[in-house]
Amino acid sequence: MTAALRFDPIRLPEKCEQLRKEVRAFLAEEIAAGTFDPHKPNREDTDAPEFSRRVGAKGWLGMTWPKKYGGQERSFLERYVVTEEMRVANAPTRRFFVADRQSGPVLLKYAPEHIKMDILPRICRGEICFAIGMSEPNSGSDLFAAKTRATRTDGGYLINGTKIWTSSAHIADYMIAIFRTSPPTKENRRHGLTQFLVKMKQPGIKVNPIGQITGQYEFNEVVFTDFFVPEDHVLGEVDGAWKQATSELAYERSGPERFLETYYVLTELVRAVGPNPDTRSAEGIGRLVAQLHTMRRMSVSVAGMLQAGKEPVVEASIVKDIGTVWEQQLPHRVRDLAAFVEETATNRETLERQLDFAIKTAPKLTIQGGTTEVLRGIIARGLGLR
Amino acid sequence: MVVETAEKIFADLADPQTINNDKKDSWQAPLWLALSEAGLPLSWVPDDLGGSGASLADGFALLNAAGRFAVAVPLAETMLAGWLLAQAKIASPEGEMTVLPASPKDRLTMDADGALSGRCRGVPFAKAAKHFAVLAHGKDGVSIALVDASKGRIESGLNVGYDHSDTVTFDKVQPITIKPAPKRFDQTTLMLVGGVARSLQIAGALEAMLDISVRYSNERVAFEKKISKFQAVQHNLARLAGESAAALAAATSAADAIANAKSFDDEVYLEAASAKIRCAEAAEKGGGIAHQVHGAIGFTNEHILHRYSLRALAWRDDFGSESHWAVELGKLVAKRGADELWPLVASR
Repeated sequence: MTAALRFDPIRLPEKCEQLRKEVRAFLAEEIAAGTFDPHKPNREDTDAPEFSRRVGAKGWLGMTWPKKYGGQERSFLERYVVTEEMRVANAPTRRFFVADRQSGPVLLKYAPEHIKMDILPRICRGEICFAIGMSEPNSGSDLFAAKTRATRTDGGYLINGTKIWTSSAHIADYMIAIFRTSPPTKENRRHGLTQFLVKMKQPGIKVNPIGQITGQYEFNEVVFTDFFVPEDHVLGEVDGAWKQATSELAYERSGPERFLETYYVLTELVRAVGPNPDTRSAEGIGRLVAQLHTMRRMSVSVAGMLQAGKEPVVEASIVKDIGTVWEQQLPHRVRDLAAFVEETATNRETLERQLDFAIKTAPKLTIQGGTTEVLRGIIARGLGLR
Repeated sequence: MVVETAEKIFADLADPQTINNDKKDSWQAPLWLALSEAGLPLSWVPDDLGGSGASLADGFALLNAAGRFAVAVPLAETMLAGWLLAQAKIASPEGEMTVLPASPKDRLTMDADGALSGRCRGVPFAKAAKHFAVLAHGKDGVSIALVDASKGRIESGLNVGYDHSDTVTFDKVQPITIKPAPKRFDQTTLMLVGGVARSLQIAGALEAMLDISVRYSNERVAFEKKISKFQAVQHNLARLAGESAAALAAATSAADAIANAKSFDDEVYLEAASAKIRCAEAAEKGGGIAHQVHGAIGFTNEHILHRYSLRALAWRDDFGSESHWAVELGKLVAKRGADELWPLVASR
């Protein structure tokens, strides 16, 4: 077989189920205390710093990291359970989600020891928020076209240029960004970019919010003008960011957040049709549940491979491709089925409000964090076509 | 071991190209003989009932391999028949078997003196079978029976993949043996296990379709380059890989769930029904892409693609179509209620 894709049936171990109970109990308390409303999906509006600290206090941030940096040395499968329960509950995770999923692991791998000791424990305590500085006005999917310059100066670098579509930059304490330290070479157009840790909320950085079609202001333009970054904030190899970017993608691309973004409309549809659905509703719900179940099995399988120390880049890309296309279509399929829901359904207004938001959210799902086209290119490469 | 043995036999005696070139079906007898000598058709029958006593997991893996070769002898059917008979501690005879009913819509009845009546449509390989393993409803519950195939009236037919899919009618047929089914074993149990068997075969066929489509795209030249270099073709193949992966994940997960099930609870039902639904969807979408990549050559009877693509489509219909299972799964989800959906999905 040219394409030996593997999705072994991984089951979550017993200790995960105990953890799941704890997470559900914690979230139920938070909901009861009014921290957030699980029926209100636009949680991106909610910045919940206190909630973030309480999640940290539970030991659920940086859970897989070494204890000396504040982590718990628990498994990826345990982290998986925490992530999916938070997502399904519509918990306000934006303050810690990027740091926990992505930025922390990058620092673990590439930051000098004193920076790890300084920052990682604060992530684990839920105190700090991270943003990712990748896209630029003329560099989106084509990451290696980035132009924002990092110029050598005494003791570090001066940054000039603009990052864009940067989620949470307006509340972030740090950003992990790629800047151009050298021009690309003829042999390798990916050469010349370096990954940096950037401390936000300082002179020389201007964050301009950008309105989204959902009505939210969740992403930003970030302008750097002679902004100084000290030498020890370089992450990894100078000019060699391209070597570092790809292996992390498996973590970023295969999690439950890649198919659960609009899940709430399915729950609400089931509530609206009641215990005795007509054939059309039953058939529609059955298909959606079968598709959801299948994606979750694929996603858990990838988590199991990560736990086993593998780098399932192609499998992870498949999960994100199928998962994001599904969560993008979900509100429209639910809308189809909701057309025949009884006028008397008690949650009719909730469902309509949720659909309104989910339909507006849907277009971004196949763009953020690697477009469908980029993912299919990666899969094609894995199949030996490129 | 079971899978390795089977794969060797398939590679030697079930090569799709050789079979496709053989207009007289002379490949069938040697293949069946080799499979029988290796004890594979009775994999799921314990030693003391005449079988080779392989695990459910090994048997499912064997069916996945059979799908990768588009195997067109009643291997899955005989395995299921042997497994069904073993549920009632009925020994399996030698030779080809199939199971009745093969659709959740059909129902066979047993009268007071143990005679069986009713009609079953779409029974795979009924015409080739020497015996039937039968599930029938009597007034005291469900029974399992071994029936001499010559006792049924068979109207022969072909499914969309050109394999036998026949209508079998019983009119007060006396079985060779009949015994009560175990507690909580019913027609739904049989349909779920049959459906998972078909899901694994579909997943195997999709793996093979991905493989031959990738290979073909790396050979075929158009507009002065290999078609694999066109982004449109690459993205189609990436989608085929996704469908193949989804089918494999759903089918192997369901097989694992059944192999380790203590009872057929809602979680196992979710696994098995989802596998059939998702694999059937993948058969349509994935098979469609495989044909698109191949162009006209894949539409010819001399090319092997149709051995996979049409069989995968045909297997959708056996033991309940995806529409059937979607309705049933949807009803189950609705009955449990909205707030019990996520706990069901996240149960393992």
